[in-house]
Amino acid sequence: MMLSDRRPILLANARIVDPSRDLDIVGDLLIAEGVIREAKKGIGAAGVPEGTDVIDCRGKLIAPGLVDMRAFIGEPGAASRETLASASQAAAAGGVTTVICQPDTSPAIDNPATVDFVLRRARDNAIVHVHPMAAITKGLDGKEMTEIGLLKAAGAVAFTDGVKSVTNAQVMRRVLTYAGDFDALIVHHTEDPNLIGDGVMNEGEFAARLGLLGLPKAAETVMLERDIRLVALSGGRYHAASVTCVDTLEELRRAKDAGLNVTASASINHITLNENDIGPYRTFLKVAPPLRAEDDRKALVGAVGAGLVDVIMSDHNPQDVETKRVPFAEAAPGAIGLETMLTAGLRLVHGGEIELMALLRAMSTRPAQLLGLPGGTLKSGAPADVIVVDTELPWVLDPNELKSKCKNTPFDEARLTGRVVRTIVSGRTVYEYV
Amino acid sequence: MTIAPKPSFVLSMRHLLGIEGLSRADISGLLDLAEEFVELNRQVEKKRTSLRGRTQINLFFEVSTRTQASFELAGKRLGADVMNMSTSSSSMRKGETLIDTAITLNAMHPDIIVVRHHASGAVELLARKVDCSVINAGDGSHEHPTQALLDALTIRRNKGHIDGLLVAICGDIMHSRVARSNIILLNAMGARVRVVAPSTLLPPGIERFGVEVARDMREGLADADIVMMLRLQRERMNGSYIPSMSEYFHYFGLDEKKLAYAKPGALVMHPGPMNRGVEIDSIVADGAQSLIREQVEMGVAVRMAVLEALSRNLPNA
Repeated sequence: MMLSDRRPILLANARIVDPSRDLDIVGDLLIAEGVIREAKKGIGAAGVPEGTDVIDCRGKLIAPGLVDMRAFIGEPGAASRETLASASQAAAAGGVTTVICQPDTSPAIDNPATVDFVLRRARDNAIVHVHPMAAITKGLDGKEMTEIGLLKAAGAVAFTDGVKSVTNAQVMRRVLTYAGDFDALIVHHTEDPNLIGDGVMNEGEFAARLGLLGLPKAAETVMLERDIRLVALSGGRYHAASVTCVDTLEELRRAKDAGLNVTASASINHITLNENDIGPYRTFLKVAPPLRAEDDRKALVGAVGAGLVDVIMSDHNPQDVETKRVPFAEAAPGAIGLETMLTAGLRLVHGGEIELMALLRAMSTRPAQLLGLPGGTLKSGAPADVIVVDTELPWVLDPNELKSKCKNTPFDEARLTGRVVRTIVSGRTVYEYV
Repeated sequence: MTIAPKPSFVLSMRHLLGIEGLSRADISGLLDLAEEFVELNRQVEKKRTSLRGRTQINLFFEVSTRTQASFELAGKRLGADVMNMSTSSSSMRKGETLIDTAITLNAMHPDIIVVRHHASGAVELLARKVDCSVINAGDGSHEHPTQALLDALTIRRNKGHIDGLLVAICGDIMHSRVARSNIILLNAMGARVRVVAPSTLLPPGIERFGVEVARDMREGLADADIVMMLRLQRERMNGSYIPSMSEYFHYFGLDEKKLAYAKPGALVMHPGPMNRGVEIDSIVADGAQSLIREQVEMGVAVRMAVLEALSRNLPNA
């Protein structure tokens, strides 16, 4: 990225929403030399350096670029599903300026050399920021902790075993204890694999009617309850990777009220879809944890609005034809989400379910804070990771237009309102919708 | 030349099971006595007769080189008949219980039994079943009193005193009997003690031991007069308590850079055996600030002092 590519940019006459300081104004935003200079009313074309690219954004929204805390990218080992290049194109189109890639690759990102590999590949191929999470345990096998100190020093922003849970409580206790010394964030997928058993969707009437084996919400709640006890014992910094149901939210509330260092994410799928959307065995809606009941979805949206659930992430998980065009029970879980997370979230805003500020906070400011990244804000001096959104633009999702290498989107052919029209990363426009 | 130790010093107890229970005067008395044996051990004629006719059994349930050898030498130099028993060559291998072993040996009328055992509390259990004196040569993660005494002697000879010194004990505090005995002794003698380790190697409750607790070496070694490294057992290295040897060495291994966080000229100690490149770098272990070889020399003298002091309590002494 050449500095000369980055002429100063003035985004003029827009609604500017910055959740990092509860700012919601109509005004201008000036970007120069890769950083945000200022955001205020009436900078105007007169008050900018010579050569500034003035872009009229009347009627549009300006917000911090999204920070997606959970996206699977197939490097190393599964480049046919997604590469750092393709994922970053998808991210840019979806307004995601920072992607946190997951370590459940092949080989797993469980040593400093692999972290270094991913960072170098991203530097050379990605058009947005990419930071890896590293594995909690070596080979993601739940037994021996990884080199948390050296991995963090190499650039791992947090630690997770991806969609695998660490079932051994002793291992989890020691990980939380050890990670605490390095102020490392442990992100844990809370699903007890034994309680999941052979279950393929949410347990209940709907699964029974489809003749599919259900898996109980307790699989999630039991694991989170255990983890909260372990956090109380060890004092580590803990993040539940994907919460989905009412019971789990109650546990989360208790942990936060007790002052424990516990935070949580929900996926865009779980806050915008429910188990009924699976309809006639739509495998693109098979995700892990599974989509839950409508009551759970509503509670989840409420919890994001209230800040109980801190983060909304895409849970981007590209799956190809051979893993999805199969009977539901045999299909791999996962849905892509980088390109649609904001648009899908805007549905909730349009439907009056959540405030725009709360949605953007959960997609940018909060994840940046939890990961210790400089983005997620429009404050002066912050990196110029900025998106321009036409929140009212109607469109129909055509899977052929998706940048992701896989097309397994649950919003296949959906009518959507609002989309990203410009994505700026470090002061440079990397995506423009025309 | 004969050196006559001051016969005035007597320990009030029959066994030495730990530093816990020793007074400051007991510790000073033992160290003074040991000083005399340091001189004796540097002579050609090292033999004394204070334990003549006495039988000393070294009962080692755990392998040991320096502790067992120094107890054997100490006993022999004081004139005792010394017998070594280890797990590899006895009925303990055949499933005999600790108490049966104790009763069997007791029937042979030993005067002193030196015991090392892998279980905390095992030495005390054995001591209750025998009529002779028992010396704890290390029980599980509990105590290793003669190690703490030899460390104290080494410090005192190099610094002239113990009180007021800041001693940083670094490494696997959780599993270390050396750390426990040293913490008690150094506190009793008026030193400031700081333990330095990753949280997974600190026993919960350690902050109530009268020590400062640090979780990184820069903070932990600041202003330290003495840096005492502990051995890290291999079975703790690979992912259970710490991720790997290389990460441990990176953050907690004592190299020249980390030693520079301590006071200039700070002295380095290690109870041995060392894992070079895991908890200590060879340049430091063999360097000018290292007291590690001197510790071994002090080991024989301190064990002679303990044997001598306890023997003064034996019947017909």
